[in-house]
Amino acid sequence: MSAPNIQLDNQGNLKHFLTIEGLSRDLLTEVLEKTEGFLGVARQAVKKVPLCRGKVIANLFFETSTRTRTTFELAAKRLSADVLNLNISTSATAKGETLLDTLRNLEAMHVDMFVVRHADSGSAHFIAQHANPHVSVINAGDGRYSHPTQGMLDMFTIRRHKGDFENLCVAVVGDILHSRVARSQLLALNTLGTAEVRVIAPRTLLPANPEALGVRVFHDLREGVRDADVVIMLRLQRERMRGAMLPSEHEYFQLFGLTEERLSTAKPDAIVMHPGPINRGVEMDSQVADGPRSVILEQVSNGIAVRMAVMSMCIGTQNIRGQGYSDG
Amino acid sequence: MSNTEVFESAAAIGGIIERMASELTTLLLHRAVTAPLMVGIHTGGVWIAEELHSKLDLADPLGRLDISFYRDDFTRLGMHPQVRPSDLPVAVDDRHIVLVDDVLQTGRTIRAALNVLFDYGRPASVMLTTLVKRSGRELPVEPNVTGLNLDLPPGRQIKLTGPDPLELVVVQTPKDRLK
Repeated sequence: MSAPNIQLDNQGNLKHFLTIEGLSRDLLTEVLEKTEGFLGVARQAVKKVPLCRGKVIANLFFETSTRTRTTFELAAKRLSADVLNLNISTSATAKGETLLDTLRNLEAMHVDMFVVRHADSGSAHFIAQHANPHVSVINAGDGRYSHPTQGMLDMFTIRRHKGDFENLCVAVVGDILHSRVARSQLLALNTLGTAEVRVIAPRTLLPANPEALGVRVFHDLREGVRDADVVIMLRLQRERMRGAMLPSEHEYFQLFGLTEERLSTAKPDAIVMHPGPINRGVEMDSQVADGPRSVILEQVSNGIAVRMAVMSMCIGTQNIRGQGYSDG
Repeated sequence: MSNTEVFESAAAIGGIIERMASELTTLLLHRAVTAPLMVGIHTGGVWIAEELHSKLDLADPLGRLDISFYRDDFTRLGMHPQVRPSDLPVAVDDRHIVLVDDVLQTGRTIRAALNVLFDYGRPASVMLTTLVKRSGRELPVEPNVTGLNLDLPPGRQIKLTGPDPLELVVVQTPKDRLK
């Protein structure tokens, strides 16, 4: 065993979901398999299961989000949990004490789980370290670091369309440098044994040593998507860019925007993904976004099921702890 | 250590299912149900339901229920390790449902299965058929058609293994765990 992972309890069950890093292939596969079960809940007349009845889940969003917050809220409600939505705007300097105070107050209200979105990397870990032991924390995106449920919903979408990762070539296109989504995707793809993982980006939007991410690097879109099974587009993170990293969005589209014509070198049955929100005409044109190979809206539906799986796994682990079955 | 012995062989189970199919046909005739919807509970119940479904030659496809999300021991044991998607290809609204499980003991599985069914819609009626009806009821649940009727002490479990061959085995468990 390596150093204890804060995300797991003594039995190796998922307690917090903060990052893909350090999680085993078996555990990621378990998340994907549980998700299959939750996908069916959307087909029920009553789109709800009683798994987390009586639990309180607080969405702590220090950074704005539409899709992630609503899908987390919907996922919690479909598990029959009670949901608190807290949109907390805060200045980065005031963070430390405010964050802990907020945490203690919510714990006093017997909240069982925090879903945290924050502009600073490491925030979710910080909260997990300081939270009461019976509370679980799920990272809904922190700074440039991690967005593990997005990573897993992308893996789930790929698996449903393409099956086993061991035969796949997956290309991730765009702003790798600022993207927590990309980090989570690349970690998950490699943990799940993807045959070939590629990144396609201008040098200014790549980290200093991109090969360390376990990827093949391309700077030409047409070359990079050649024979790919899956093409994942990333949003340009303008809000996280400091200084001139791009000449203009127009020029970015000229070089890295996905069009049907540029997609023609990919496998004929390749799927196109995007975590949203899409900047149409920047990362991809509408013809691709709304085209037959796009699975972008399916990603949103799958996101609810993945979040249900992760939340119920963490709450289930809490239940075992609460009864003194483990975690002495 | 648990200790396992075969209780009924595949051949014997074939005969039992044959009898269940004929009793079920009589029951459906008696109730004037012409097109029942058959639903098996994962995993053993689905195996029995597949056999009954083909013997009764039902027109509508078989439904499969997973009750993991409705179990009453989630608050004690956490998530069930094996979760399969429920699959009800035909709407349950206003239909006569034949619910199939392998072993009826406490009745908690059936309680959960009824909750799943009703979250899919409002059936006209639900009939229950189980391969084995054994002692140990904790809820007021009784099957309409049953294959074997057994009285077993609490520490003994009877389980269906399969799908090929289908066998009933008796397991002596170290402690009495609730089904």
